[in-house]
Amino acid sequence: MTFSDHYFDIDRLDRLSRKETFVHRLDPRVKTIATMLFLITVISFPKYEVAALVPFFLFPVLMLTLGDIPAGFIAGKILLVSPFAILIGLFNPFLDTRIVAVVAGLPVSAGILSFLSILLKFVLTISAALLLIATTSFPGVCHALRQLGFPAIFVSQLLLLYRYLFVLLEEAMRIVRARDMRSSGARGAGVRVFVRLVGVLFLRAVDRAERIYHAMLSRGFQGDLPTLRPSRVTAVDLAFLAATIAFLAGFRFSQVAEGIGRSAQELLR
Amino acid sequence: MSHHIIEFRDVCFRYPDGTEALKGISFRITHGESVGVVGANGSGKSTLIRHMNGCLLPTSGTVNIGDFPLTVKTRRELRRKVGIVFQDPDDQLFMPTVFDDVAFGPLNLGMDEACVREKVRGALDVVHCLDLQDKPPHRLSLGQKSAVAIASVMAMDPDILAMDEPAANLDPRSRRSLIAFLKTFKHSKMIASHDLDLILDVCERCIVIGDGRVVADGPSAELLSNRTMLEENSLELPLSLQGR
Repeated sequence: MTFSDHYFDIDRLDRLSRKETFVHRLDPRVKTIATMLFLITVISFPKYEVAALVPFFLFPVLMLTLGDIPAGFIAGKILLVSPFAILIGLFNPFLDTRIVAVVAGLPVSAGILSFLSILLKFVLTISAALLLIATTSFPGVCHALRQLGFPAIFVSQLLLLYRYLFVLLEEAMRIVRARDMRSSGARGAGVRVFVRLVGVLFLRAVDRAERIYHAMLSRGFQGDLPTLRPSRVTAVDLAFLAATIAFLAGFRFSQVAEGIGRSAQELLR
Repeated sequence: MSHHIIEFRDVCFRYPDGTEALKGISFRITHGESVGVVGANGSGKSTLIRHMNGCLLPTSGTVNIGDFPLTVKTRRELRRKVGIVFQDPDDQLFMPTVFDDVAFGPLNLGMDEACVREKVRGALDVVHCLDLQDKPPHRLSLGQKSAVAIASVMAMDPDILAMDEPAANLDPRSRRSLIAFLKTFKHSKMIASHDLDLILDVCERCIVIGDGRVVADGPSAELLSNRTMLEENSLELPLSLQGR
């Protein structure tokens, strides 16, 4: 078992992206644009918005079910990164104690609302991004970005990062293992040694970068990492994009959620 | 054909840190020759291989490929002719899948799609790795990586093949099939290795390098059976000649 298997499970993401479903067959560019629009729309909501965000779960849930991606896997990944979002919003309830509503007899402060809003936005955006990669593969998204006109240097960086992340991590593990074998207990495990190890890792990475660059030049590298991936935008792709835009615009600019809530209340009366 | 000729004329190279790796190397390899480069660790083998396509340029002296001197201006063009397989296959495989990697060279040469696909197929077939084409490199074994690295260079149809320790990571069977493959490559080739049996098997000529200089240059069968000369250069008789 290598470091990569335990920590990122990127191989699982890679295998998931090889399935053959409606979502997988969509053109990577169309999926990338749709996901970007989704992210922008979700982020554009004001900081106290909670109810209007809920309908947006439809998008990731649809991608998940149509793309046949296991929900537990995505949920696990979201949990893994959730501490970041929780830390960002954690103090809102204590700092912003203005009471804005009373739900079932309990007062709800503005801080709690904004905390909830941050969490919802976090889950929505991360799940959408993960689902994009799980249904398109990371290189697929990179090549889509390139085709959409993103600068070659930016896309090359992403592709090389994806390729060499594990090589680098394994190199780090080897250095750590070599240290552990020759340090008894706490000796040799201190910060000072650690700093030097980071230095060694950096030097090795620089060396490797140079060798990779030579290998790239040897095969005619001219600033771009070209690929042969069949990609043709079909009517289905356009229909998907149109539906996504209609969905996003509909739920962003009209108060659909509120409307449904109101009519439900009226029906109950 | 003249463009398969490699000529090193009094090549010296000093690394930026002051290490003098090559101290006046001269030799000439003609079309179709296959030459082994042997020598102790740190004798300058890898540095020499990197001079073959201008990854490194000599501090003094010249390298000629065909009729052209290798310079900053010509090296891009000459790189098409010289395919180099580096020592660590992880350095060589930088694309996300095996297919993408092998297609990288042909795509940069500006071939059209059908042609690229055919080249990739052909190159992967030669090293028996056709069924790996959709795999990401970090899922391959070291032997598979080495094989794919060779395919990625062969897909560019080089006139000259240069390899740095091609058999270092291979199990005996993969090493066998590498030797079989190398014998089918009819153009000029240059192989730097400590695997003297492989050199004896594949290369009719051998250059022994010691401390940045050419110590001996001649037929492999002759040089590699010269025990004293080999031992002076931290080498030993090939196993097949040790007669145990």
